[in-house]
Amino acid sequence: MAVAIESSKAVGRRGTYTRAFFGLMLRDLFVLRREIFPFLIRIGMNPLLFLFVFTYVMPHMSGSAAMNPTANMAATGGGNFGTVLLPGLMAVAIMFSGIAAVAFPLVQEFGVTREIDDRVMCPLPIAAVAAEKIVFSSLQSIVAAALVFPLAYYIPSTPVAAHVSNWPFLIAVLILSSLLAGALGLTIGTFVQPKQIGLVFGVVVVPITFLGCVYYPWAALGHLRWLQIGVLVNPIVYISEGLRAALTPTMGHMPDWGILVALVFFLALLTWLGMRGFRRRVVS
Amino acid sequence: MADAGLHTPVESGLVSEPIVDIRGLRKVYPGKPPVTAVDGIDLQVAPGELYGLLGPNGAGKTTTISIATTRAVPTAGTVRIAGVDVVAHPAMSRRAIGVVPQYNTLDRSCTVAENIRFHCLYFGMSGVEARSRTTDLLEQFRLQDRARAYPQQLSGGLAQRVQIARAIAHHPRVLFLDEPSAGLDPQSRIAMWDAVRALRSENITVVLTTHYMEEADALCDRVAIIDHGRILVEDTPAALKASVGGDKLYDLHLVQTADRERLAQQLRDLTGVTGVEPTMDGLRVLAQAREGLLPQVITAANAYGLRDVATAEPTLETVFIRLTGRDLRE
Repeated sequence: MAVAIESSKAVGRRGTYTRAFFGLMLRDLFVLRREIFPFLIRIGMNPLLFLFVFTYVMPHMSGSAAMNPTANMAATGGGNFGTVLLPGLMAVAIMFSGIAAVAFPLVQEFGVTREIDDRVMCPLPIAAVAAEKIVFSSLQSIVAAALVFPLAYYIPSTPVAAHVSNWPFLIAVLILSSLLAGALGLTIGTFVQPKQIGLVFGVVVVPITFLGCVYYPWAALGHLRWLQIGVLVNPIVYISEGLRAALTPTMGHMPDWGILVALVFFLALLTWLGMRGFRRRVVS
Repeated sequence: MADAGLHTPVESGLVSEPIVDIRGLRKVYPGKPPVTAVDGIDLQVAPGELYGLLGPNGAGKTTTISIATTRAVPTAGTVRIAGVDVVAHPAMSRRAIGVVPQYNTLDRSCTVAENIRFHCLYFGMSGVEARSRTTDLLEQFRLQDRARAYPQQLSGGLAQRVQIARAIAHHPRVLFLDEPSAGLDPQSRIAMWDAVRALRSENITVVLTTHYMEEADALCDRVAIIDHGRILVEDTPAALKASVGGDKLYDLHLVQTADRERLAQQLRDLTGVTGVEPTMDGLRVLAQAREGLLPQVITAANAYGLRDVATAEPTLETVFIRLTGRDLRE
């Protein structure tokens, strides 16, 4: 009994939990720092190539209007395609970071390596172990979103029209979106079996991206009413629209309050689902 | 309220309060049909003891350990580790628990030293404490030259040693080892046994599961033989073996078993024979060690077509077979 548990015995429940939580964060930061280049490539490649092809290569092609159907839509929407893409690509970066930082590793850890065991045996409630995954992934999402800015500034042939008039709104959208992405990753990671991991792209990532108002503003779907209503179940829509409202307000976008309510709703729903799934996978 | 639960003394008739106290434990996995993995287990382990759960695969050993280590929720019953109810306070009770699961759960993204160091940080040590504890453990488990290796580069035996080092890094009161020698070569198994025995000096209680009777015999102070989710018998390995009722076993393999009952009767009359029981292709004679008895047994058996004879000492396996009529590996 008198062995050296003193340091942990002296602190109470809250202290124990806090230390364990930060211990996990520290480990994740440490590993991320070691794998910083793969991380940068993972978060940078998609927006880099997207902007390069659609806002630099295409406008330089002969007969660009015919080759670039989105040019017309963007023009009617009040900006160039780069302006449409900036918030959209940030939304994809945030969403994909959540999946890459939580879902993929979790599927591995549950199914193949069982590394999750040492984390679950921390002196920390299971829900907090899952919450750490969400919080750490949200940090990566914010970095990934921030990286889109310089790319969108330097690459497009015509400048992107972005300006922030409401900082608190932007910060709220960024934080909620990043946490939402982590919760989405947790939900996917706890429900998918290792052999189904390839399907995640086809069944989840591609549909929610293409139907997530990433490459077009939601308002532009007005002529396809059924689709405009249908995409409302897709949480990525609110991330894209939230960033659009915060960064490129000249584009048509959903009302601010509606966006925040939807983000909070989906964050709560996916956190609940993800934590339930996580608990089910680690406690029998 | 929660804190009161943490310090409630355990009611017990034992002289020293048990460090592991399992009462009326049941676990039924729902399904069609429901599977009863643990069916009313009671066991108490005293501080410092090395305790073994011996039984075949599927006997309920791993489920019992999973419940004790907060990874499964019991259908009924209680588990207290160092006085803390693990079902009511799973997170806090983990401070007193170290676990080495059946499979390798080392963090593949971190080196051996980092695995131990981060584990220390999870349990609230400062950076300096964590580093010094890591250095000590690497030395204690003779892992210094592999400190910078990644888990994928380690052999099964080394990985197991790292897992034990990591599991005790936060000074748990009880270390649970689930099938610690599964998949280890004989040499690594013996090295692992040495490492586990050495934990005594750290005042760590060890509870292990195994289906290798040699392991239970070599390592444990007390062994519970478990089958179909129940403890069949519990005692020291020596007492369990003595319960067989003889210190020599002669396995007689006969050409044909038709008349073996007559042979059995004849053998029972020999001085020193304490029991005779039928086996697959002959008889098993339990006897006290006694000069000249074996030739007598062989002479008697010869008349009934003795094909082969094997002599052995009783093992925990013998105990298990007598209790269940089955082999441990079945």
